[in-house]
Amino acid sequence: MAAAVAMAARGCGGVWRRARQRGAGQPGPGPGPFPRGQRAVACNARGGAVPAGKSGLVPWVPVVGLEIHAQISSNSKLFSGSQVQFAAPPNSLVSFFDASLPGTLPVLNRRCVEAAVMTGLALNCSINKKSLFDRKHYFYADLPAGYQITQQRVPIAVNGSLSYSLCIDNKMSQMVTKTVRIKQIQLEQDSGKSLHDDTRSQTLVDLNRAGVGLMEVVMEPDMCCGEEAAAAVRELQLILQTLGSSQAVMAEGQLRVDANVSVHHPGEPYGVRTEVKNINSIRFLAKAIDYEIQRQIEELENGGTILNETRAFDSKLGCTVPMRDKEGKQDYRFMPEPNLPPLILYDAKSLPANMNHQQVINIDWIHERLPDLPSVKRKKLVEQYGILPEHSFTLLNEDGLAEFFESVVKQTQMKPKKVIGWILKDLLSYLKQHSLTVKESPVSSFLLADLLNLLEKKEISSPAAKQVFMELWKGEGKTPLEIVKEQKLGLLQDQKELEQICQAVIDGQENEVMAIKAGNQKVLNKLIGLVQKKTEGRSNPVLVKQLLEKKLSE
Amino acid sequence: MRAVLLGPWLRAGTGPRPHPATPHRAPHRALRAAPTAPNTACDSQQRLPAAGRDLPALKKVSVEVLDHLEQLALVDFRDSEGVERLQKAIQFADQLHEVNTDGVEPMDSVLEDRCLYLREDDVTEGNCTKELLENAREKVEEYFVAPPGNIPLPKLEERETFLQGSK
Repeated sequence: MAAAVAMAARGCGGVWRRARQRGAGQPGPGPGPFPRGQRAVACNARGGAVPAGKSGLVPWVPVVGLEIHAQISSNSKLFSGSQVQFAAPPNSLVSFFDASLPGTLPVLNRRCVEAAVMTGLALNCSINKKSLFDRKHYFYADLPAGYQITQQRVPIAVNGSLSYSLCIDNKMSQMVTKTVRIKQIQLEQDSGKSLHDDTRSQTLVDLNRAGVGLMEVVMEPDMCCGEEAAAAVRELQLILQTLGSSQAVMAEGQLRVDANVSVHHPGEPYGVRTEVKNINSIRFLAKAIDYEIQRQIEELENGGTILNETRAFDSKLGCTVPMRDKEGKQDYRFMPEPNLPPLILYDAKSLPANMNHQQVINIDWIHERLPDLPSVKRKKLVEQYGILPEHSFTLLNEDGLAEFFESVVKQTQMKPKKVIGWILKDLLSYLKQHSLTVKESPVSSFLLADLLNLLEKKEISSPAAKQVFMELWKGEGKTPLEIVKEQKLGLLQDQKELEQICQAVIDGQENEVMAIKAGNQKVLNKLIGLVQKKTEGRSNPVLVKQLLEKKLSE
Repeated sequence: MRAVLLGPWLRAGTGPRPHPATPHRAPHRALRAAPTAPNTACDSQQRLPAAGRDLPALKKVSVEVLDHLEQLALVDFRDSEGVERLQKAIQFADQLHEVNTDGVEPMDSVLEDRCLYLREDDVTEGNCTKELLENAREKVEEYFVAPPGNIPLPKLEERETFLQGSK
């Protein structure tokens, strides 16, 4: 995950050019159409000045818009009482309505409406107090009714924004905040799942997912490259998970992203866009978008045209390919859903007096109970602990890491600014190496705090602490103190013994002593090193230096 | 003959909405309820006169529109009589445009004043796999079986059923 975010977080700044040099010896389908170093990207799609191409090629401005479907985290489906659950026996979570048997009617789930309102508020949208449901018609085996109930004309939330952070250059030292506008959020039904059996030329249909509530978040085309899109989606994912309105795990299909990509020259109208589907992770999202941008640029520079088509991302080859089933523009024949009256939401002012509480959704009530969003949490961490914004970004990016950090800080005297180093450099890198989540860490916050206390009390040196940490990682249940005792890593506490050793070293190194007394201070380090050797690394170098200097000046 | 869904959404090919120009038109003439049998409105024998005037002009539906409709809704107009029936149905529905709706909010549901009932988020249904699969002609281990993807209708020229009985 950190790799994906690190990649996502590197910002753009420059101009897209046809970066790949055509010629002999072109490598086969590799990791992407261009090596990272050659690429520079124009990220001023909203009309900002784009620098002219160095090589004389006219610059391209890529435009990226996203359509995101987030599965609502609820017990039952949007319009029926069947259970929502991942991986259940086929067609076991299907009611008569979900199978669209005649005579069944939709009944709206209150929890789904609340989830959509929460999400709308978190994304700074205006919540429509009156929204309508429509039918979107198309034929497909996993859509038994032949239409999907959605909110095309008047959705539940409109005109919001999402702010996300990117790092310029690879160093994670400078973060820049960007914003993408949210056009609307609408409630809609999910379709069932089709399993294609090509050998027997048939499709197997499982309707467990049919009718599950979705929030479709439509973003305006304010982004200009894969990294921006990935960062925006990552932030949305964190927001949804914080709100609890969706678990937003892409791998389980709870968060699906389709990208609309086009390129044009600055000052000219937008180019023809293609839709890219079948993107299964945030990392692939960035790859797919960047590939598609590059493909379109090459196609246009070679005199070709871009078709308004739907393409699928092939993660193995790292490229997009045209999808067969969707040809030309679909005519969905939208019509109002005749079985559902308008959805009316209330706020503190318009709250009706005599209505049953259960039938009333109060936007203000929900607003008051929104949890702290990731951006707010990050600010609080920076203010409370004095860590850098980049640090809080990484803390929130790993599930459970911020809580771990705060827990360690509570249990140790070490300053948070020092603790953060241990969390981000030592703990996190170990976790990544072993592909573990914070929850699976063999080193608990208690053990780490214990270790840091030893370090803080100067009972061990910093290198020794790293050694203890490595030992703790084995998860054998020993405490830091036990390991220190076992491996004799404790710093020598006896001042007299240390002084004796220092004296012995001075006595044995006449030449070096003369050089120091003559003014060459660097030789002192050699003496410190010798003391360290004699004490098997158990001396505090600062203290040793002081002692040696004192003795040499006598 | 399958019933065809009509309405302003099927305006393709029939041009923009006619502008109510003449002042003698009654502003809110209540539309007579459609006859009970769905086909009689299209039947050439029966015509419901509009306040003493003729029905609006009969508009021809082009072959491209018919093809498009067949693809979208999988209806089969079959022959020229079917197409004529369609055209008469559109003509009948065009009477809606004669009503002056200036300044009137469109109504898209007779339920607009009703309360939309909100259900509690409890699991109350499902677990009826066996019953549901009884409806399936073919099944494989509790999955419904469908053909592999949508089989698109053949192009207009190659279609055998398109307007079979006509010229």
